[in-house]
Amino acid sequence: MEVTNAPEHGQPDVQTVQPLFEMHHVTKRFPGVVALNDVSFDCYPGEVHALVGENGAGKSTLMKVLSGVYQPDEGSIWVDGARCSFRHPLDAQRAGISIIYQEFNLLPDRTVAQNIFIGREPTKRGLINYEEMRRNTQRLLSELEVDDWISPDMLVRHLSVAGQQMVEIAKALSFESRVLIMDEPTAALAPHEVEVLFRLVRRLQQRGLGIVYISHRFKEIFELADRITVLKDGKKVATVEKAAVTSADIIEMMVGRPLEEFYPDYAKPDEIGEVVLRVVNGGNQRLRNINLELRSGEIVGLAGLQGSGTTDLVRAIFGSEPFQTGTMELAGKPVRMRRPRQAVRRRMAFLSENRKEEGLFLMQSVRDNIAITVRALRSLLGPIRRNRLEQDVTIEGLAQEVDVRAAGLHQEVQYLSGGNQQKVLLARWLATRAKVWIFAEPTRGIDVNAKAAIHARIRELARSGSAVLMTSSELPEVIGMSDRIVVMHEGTIAGELPAGASEAQIMRLATGEAADTGQVSVSV
Amino acid sequence: MKVVVQPSRPQLWRRIPPVYVILVVITVVAWILVELYGRGSFFGKENIANILQRSVSLGIVSVGQTFTILAGSLDLSVANMISVSAVMSSYIMQGDPSRVPFAIATVVLIGVIVGLVNGLLITQLRVNPLISTLGTGLLLQGILSASFRNFAGSVPEEFQVLAYGSIGPISYSVLMFIIIASIGVFILRKTRFGAHLYAVGGSQEVSRLSGLRTTRVLLGAHVIASLTAVITGIYLASRLGAGAPWVGRDGVYDLESIAVVVIGGTALAGGRGGVMGTVAGVLIFAILDSMFNLLGVGSYLKQVLRGLIIIAAVASYSIRTKEEVS
Repeated sequence: MEVTNAPEHGQPDVQTVQPLFEMHHVTKRFPGVVALNDVSFDCYPGEVHALVGENGAGKSTLMKVLSGVYQPDEGSIWVDGARCSFRHPLDAQRAGISIIYQEFNLLPDRTVAQNIFIGREPTKRGLINYEEMRRNTQRLLSELEVDDWISPDMLVRHLSVAGQQMVEIAKALSFESRVLIMDEPTAALAPHEVEVLFRLVRRLQQRGLGIVYISHRFKEIFELADRITVLKDGKKVATVEKAAVTSADIIEMMVGRPLEEFYPDYAKPDEIGEVVLRVVNGGNQRLRNINLELRSGEIVGLAGLQGSGTTDLVRAIFGSEPFQTGTMELAGKPVRMRRPRQAVRRRMAFLSENRKEEGLFLMQSVRDNIAITVRALRSLLGPIRRNRLEQDVTIEGLAQEVDVRAAGLHQEVQYLSGGNQQKVLLARWLATRAKVWIFAEPTRGIDVNAKAAIHARIRELARSGSAVLMTSSELPEVIGMSDRIVVMHEGTIAGELPAGASEAQIMRLATGEAADTGQVSVSV
Repeated sequence: MKVVVQPSRPQLWRRIPPVYVILVVITVVAWILVELYGRGSFFGKENIANILQRSVSLGIVSVGQTFTILAGSLDLSVANMISVSAVMSSYIMQGDPSRVPFAIATVVLIGVIVGLVNGLLITQLRVNPLISTLGTGLLLQGILSASFRNFAGSVPEEFQVLAYGSIGPISYSVLMFIIIASIGVFILRKTRFGAHLYAVGGSQEVSRLSGLRTTRVLLGAHVIASLTAVITGIYLASRLGAGAPWVGRDGVYDLESIAVVVIGGTALAGGRGGVMGTVAGVLIFAILDSMFNLLGVGSYLKQVLRGLIIIAAVASYSIRTKEEVS
């Protein structure tokens, strides 16, 4: 960490207090994308500064720059008026900036005290001084007023998610942090735990800590925040005082990207047929009260912010993390999907958002990747045919139909482009003659031209009578493709919108705004 | 406010690994069976001494193996390292008491080098521990078998005291095992190296982000494992009067040391467990041995039972862990 002279710029508005940290004109590029473009951000003592934006707006990248995980390509970071550069998360931590991720960095088999002092264990005559470690931990826990339910000697494994979060916060305080970054801290908490967290945030605020609060939940933001900064597509839209804005204003700032791409036409009314799949009151650990219908011939878009449960819902339908309550019907008949094989047998297709981890056998050929699911449904002892899967279906024919561009059917799929890999998966499921198609983030990591081809292909599937369910974190894609848009919020369906709904309408449902106010007062 | 409070159990109870329950059960079963059907008495002075004696060689090397497994690694070269140590020490000694210190210094040096090589292969070249230690083990065994066909040299008679001498009822070798195990417990519980070993085994990523030097921790674990293999080799040379290039392999110390560590409740993935559990695992193996001897049961059935116990113990732990999580 290097420290040079004081900043040369003037202080913003009338604040006489010095900010705890300032980020000036930070730009961060990754191959092919500008993740942050000239973003400035700061936080004052005793302030909660909320950071909002759609998925991929750059919130996480900004916080990773601030906490030393990434180094900015341009721009500077100032702490207490002195310029700093963080090369490692520890540098930021020593400067008093701590981040609490959604995924905790804790060791489940070690105690609370051991986790807090990992790498910094106090010693006495060369040996770990467990007494001091325990005492310090006890002091931190009682400062947080959680010492009645967390003790220094408990194994982290035995703590609830909320408890583990408290340990992370205690760990941050043990570094004497003055800035605490909280990334979606309430995502995994039950309502009563959220209250505990809020009280804690207010106490930390009173002690003069600055808190950067990232959340999708507007209710929380308006309850806690002093100022709100909105990011969109890696750029800062505005930083505003909470008192000066309504949630509708914020939503308006978050959305409004131009619809640049070309999408196929929506389904005509007569193309939409019978209900193919129906979920009634579905629920499991992550989902509750899911009621959903898919009709043949239509594309249903599933929208929701990170952690809202869209991924969990498609996984539940496909049986990989099944519903535990409720019923599911396929073509009018009740079915139980306990594992993916049952779904595949009933002609469901699932193209995961993690193509490389969950979809493809990267080191196997195009041929084997296409054939695998059809072969998997057959007897283990049967012969393997090189090309012909069914009487009238050949691997070659399928590859041609979806237009895979490869050196040949023998080529390993790891060498194909993202678009071609997605086509291989399409061919695999075409071979099973699927009637219900689930696409999770169908165009993630695929270049613009191939995107249009995938979109056209999805529409064709619907035209030929299949029912399609598609999740996407890109709202233009959801709007461009869907005949009906189902929006999720906190593990359940927040509402449904017709084809061509606006981004603002979707965001109101996705942030829980529409549900809270009961009516919508923004016009876009 | 209503928050789920986990009952915090008393300290002492939590520190005793669950494997001690298995140890007690097996002891009681062995005792009953031997009293009913066996020749001799299970709790006789002679048999207890016998059980402890059997535990020494596997026990010492398993203490070292506990360190590598806790760190999320393992060491398959220990059996070959034991042979190297046994042969080299007796070869250098050549029955001459004055050469004992030099012999020990030499094999300790070899042990440190092998441990460092293992650790460096794993941390720097990123070779999977299973493969890299298998490789170094084969390498050591090859060199050794090419150079020595049979018992090489001999240890001086005075040196055999290590294996056969005793203070009162406790033999030196058992004492040595107790001391080494205690040092192991001490390092793991009281030193920062020990704490960091658990951390690295629990999650390399968390350790790295916390600023730990994970490479050094892994190197340390492998050097310790090699050194315990060296000590085991010296002890075997002392007991046999000379080292032969097959003593390590014949004892199956590589796989058996891993087995007792895992039976002792140390997670094969690392980060959880300890030397006290390993000691219990070693005792379980020794008690089974002694029980079958007294019952006059063949060694093949003994293998079957060992296999069953390894599987049963590890299955019971993973079921326990699963219940805890959900």
